[in-house]
Amino acid sequence: MFTLPEAPLKRLPCERRSCYSKNMKASIIVFPGTNREKDMAMALERVSGRKPQLVWHKETDLGAPDLIVLPGGFSYGDYLRCGAMAAHSPIMREVIDRAAKGTRVLGVCNGFQMLIETRLLPGALLRNKTLKFICRQTNLRCENGETEFTRKLGKGSVIRVPVAHGEGNYFANGEILRELESEQRIAFRYCDERGETGSSANPNGSTANIAGIFNKRKTILGMMPHPENAVLTHHDNDSGLKLFEGIVEALA
Amino acid sequence: MTAAPAKNHEAPAIREPDVTPELAAEYGLSREEYEHIVRILSREPSHTELGIFSVMWSEHCSYKSSRIHLKKLPTQAPWVIQGPGENAGVIDIGDNQAAIFKMESHNHPSFIEPYQGAATGVGGIMRDVFTMGARPIANLNALRFGEPSHPKTRHLVSGVVAGIAGYGNCMGVPTVGGETQFHPSYNGNILVNAMTIGLADQDAIYYSRGAKPDMPVVYVGSKTGRDGIHGATMASAEFGDGNEENRPTVQVGDPFTEKLLLEACLELMETDAIVCIQDMGAAGLTSSTVEIADKGEIGVTLELDKVPQRERMMTPYELMLSESQERMLMVLEPGKEHIAEAIFKKWDLDFAVIGYTTVERRLKLTMYGKEWCDIPVPPLVNDAPVYDRPTCAYQKAEAIDDAAYAALPPSNSPLFKEEGRKRSDASAIDSLAVLIACPDMADKRWIWEQYDSLVMGESVFTPGITGTQNGKAADAALIRVSSDKALATASDCNPRYCKADPFEGGKQAVAESYRNISAVGATPLAVTNNLNFGNPEKPHIMAQFVGCIEGMAASCQALDYPVISGNVSLYNETAGTAILPTPVIGGVGLIPDWSKAMDIAFKNADDAILLIGGTGTHLGQSLFLKEVYGKEIGLPPRVDLDRERKHGEFIRALIDGMLVNACHDISDGGLLCTIAEMAIAGNMGADLRVEPGNNPVAFWFGEDQARYVVTAPMSDVIVAQAKEANIPCTVLGHTKAGSLRLADGGAIDIEKLRTLHTSWLPDFMR
Repeated sequence: MFTLPEAPLKRLPCERRSCYSKNMKASIIVFPGTNREKDMAMALERVSGRKPQLVWHKETDLGAPDLIVLPGGFSYGDYLRCGAMAAHSPIMREVIDRAAKGTRVLGVCNGFQMLIETRLLPGALLRNKTLKFICRQTNLRCENGETEFTRKLGKGSVIRVPVAHGEGNYFANGEILRELESEQRIAFRYCDERGETGSSANPNGSTANIAGIFNKRKTILGMMPHPENAVLTHHDNDSGLKLFEGIVEALA
Repeated sequence: MTAAPAKNHEAPAIREPDVTPELAAEYGLSREEYEHIVRILSREPSHTELGIFSVMWSEHCSYKSSRIHLKKLPTQAPWVIQGPGENAGVIDIGDNQAAIFKMESHNHPSFIEPYQGAATGVGGIMRDVFTMGARPIANLNALRFGEPSHPKTRHLVSGVVAGIAGYGNCMGVPTVGGETQFHPSYNGNILVNAMTIGLADQDAIYYSRGAKPDMPVVYVGSKTGRDGIHGATMASAEFGDGNEENRPTVQVGDPFTEKLLLEACLELMETDAIVCIQDMGAAGLTSSTVEIADKGEIGVTLELDKVPQRERMMTPYELMLSESQERMLMVLEPGKEHIAEAIFKKWDLDFAVIGYTTVERRLKLTMYGKEWCDIPVPPLVNDAPVYDRPTCAYQKAEAIDDAAYAALPPSNSPLFKEEGRKRSDASAIDSLAVLIACPDMADKRWIWEQYDSLVMGESVFTPGITGTQNGKAADAALIRVSSDKALATASDCNPRYCKADPFEGGKQAVAESYRNISAVGATPLAVTNNLNFGNPEKPHIMAQFVGCIEGMAASCQALDYPVISGNVSLYNETAGTAILPTPVIGGVGLIPDWSKAMDIAFKNADDAILLIGGTGTHLGQSLFLKEVYGKEIGLPPRVDLDRERKHGEFIRALIDGMLVNACHDISDGGLLCTIAEMAIAGNMGADLRVEPGNNPVAFWFGEDQARYVVTAPMSDVIVAQAKEANIPCTVLGHTKAGSLRLADGGAIDIEKLRTLHTSWLPDFMR
């Protein structure tokens, strides 16, 4: 029988767990080709102490979640426009319906692409300017700290969150951009470590360095970067934690 | 789009070519092999049967040139659950968990069609792993391209990397490590070796063995088309010029379907419906069916009309030889077909019962109301030819006099251009500037940034030394497999060493893998290998092959680091020019507490920098001679396996005892390159000196084995422990902010070093 090397002497302190919550119920929608549902579930469980429900896209009953999450991946292979097929799947009608009634929705990466394709959020997501898939750490500046999603971050704070996408180049025309800006609907901009939003900090060519946006009522957040990959000790970076803590606190 | 058997029952007017020894030769069968087939069948084979024999007896499927030598590799250890012979090897990693892994080549297809060739290589190896019930948790790739100035190199790098990224990213399996090298010997024959590690419970591993008679044979996944026919035969022949004509034999990958196939298979594996399972890789339906029949000591009858087909009027020959991707063959418990069918329907995949197992050990195929094939299975498998190909006394490289290179050369350093310095000012730093920016050592961010190394959320160490995707840089990638444990993995080979001395080169590849795993603090457990060589019918190539295997065997034995799976790729030649012998090792180790794992970055100013394992003396086949003098000469450094093991154990004890705060093994480029990488990773310089009485060039750039660099706030304990263990250990200097400075002259800013290191590849690909 193979025995493992001697047990370690020292353990890291347990992952810091927030004390509020237990109450927030989250549903993560899983489409064929979704692949970051586990990452998102680990992040939400760490912060809320409660396992989110994974809902297969062919189901029509969402349950009664406080938060609906559209996670990252390549739904339907992204062979059409990214997120386009998922936007027309049966469960999406239910998501749109709930969103209209005010249920909070978080869409990350492929999930953001779906929110754009369903027109729950404006603009378009184009191929990265480099025409290549990019996986790297980026810095994000919080542009509006007055929402349920960003209340623990505060305006102007900088968090470090990785991107991993081929089509995350956010495009908005002048009219949409003005609207987003005047309504404080820009959630995050790509920036450098000091919070400067120069073009060298923009990984994919997004208009005005935009990394994430809200709907008018600030009940829906769509973003390309993956805060769920910046919450656990072994990620060597837990700066996505405050985003999830804010959501859990608000929805508890 | 599911489960509907093909409807073209009407027999098309199939005109099969006449079977002759000449046609057999075209399919890669020798005259003797053809005559043996006739003896087995007691008649001339049909065209379908000839096709089946030709792929089963191809080098790719039968290992006919390599088999007798592969037996020399040690494959056993108490923690090995499954050695070579299944889809992948399996090791025990405690707590009822198993790590399942293998590496496989897709060299020829990737040269012909880089994107699809590389993509389907990645898809194929992942299928090998999840066929066994494991969820893939990490991918690696070992790439070798021609010299940068060759007109095809850029196009090949670009296509191969995009293909790997396209497939792996979509599958949601992180690509966490690998290596990329350039050498003119790969100009006409690149190497694309892909490795996948999967995780399973030990009591839920699936094998291709175990089928009994009278059970349903089930086909799942994509439909079968006409792509990839005779791919295995193509992979078993030398390249001439104009192989682009072979493009139609390269398969097309669909990672989305494979993702569905993965999820569906894992879901079905949670029931007890599957008896045995085999993916359809090389030689597709043929090899998977024969494998299941042979291992179960049964026969199989397939009703080929029922195979889901993408194109009309396909022939039995085409169906049996197609290498369409994303397909699986399984034998189910009778009566449980509906369970499987429901799951595959849920995932929108094709599902069809296409035949049944039989007592009589024959492979029978029917279609269009006719029988097309009736072959006895045992001789199809067991009579596959085995060759003891002749070797010759190998002409090793000549030894060089290291002392002849004791003076620092007036070099081609980029620093001279910038600063207008006199050539007589040359220091070791100038040679460092050349090495750190050379194609083999330069930062490969342009490549790994296209790979998602973070998906699944368990990655701890990811590729590169600066600007890494998960923050830290290390000698091996590290992936958590539970809240505490993590697997360390790396791929290694120095082909120049292998050419100069195959035995020592083979030894070294395993030893370096052992070092990389040890340097993060993990215990090396087992390896997979991917043996890439030229034409085995040439005695000196065969001598390289045998030498490398014997060297690897010696290392694996001495280091308790068995080979549990692997792949052989021969005939890597174009127009008579062979590649460098390239036996790539993919190593896996385990660390019980990932939070103790060690990275390479310098941490604080004034930490002691210690050299463990001895000073550098050996310059033969070094990267220094190659890049600074343009010479690939000398014998490679000798690997002392006792020292290798002892030093590795010492390093792991230091890391486990939390006595060091950075660790990096010394390999290509020697000591100074190792320290430079630690400096770049930590954005922290150092003050260093040469131990008196040493040849300074060999001291800084020699590639002597079994050595590591560590840093520590307090060096006394380490020095004392090393002395007690009789392991050479010296303090080289201390970390210091800003620049890397040598006491005998020469200094460079860390920022400048970083720029040199990170510029080459993006400039080249621009």
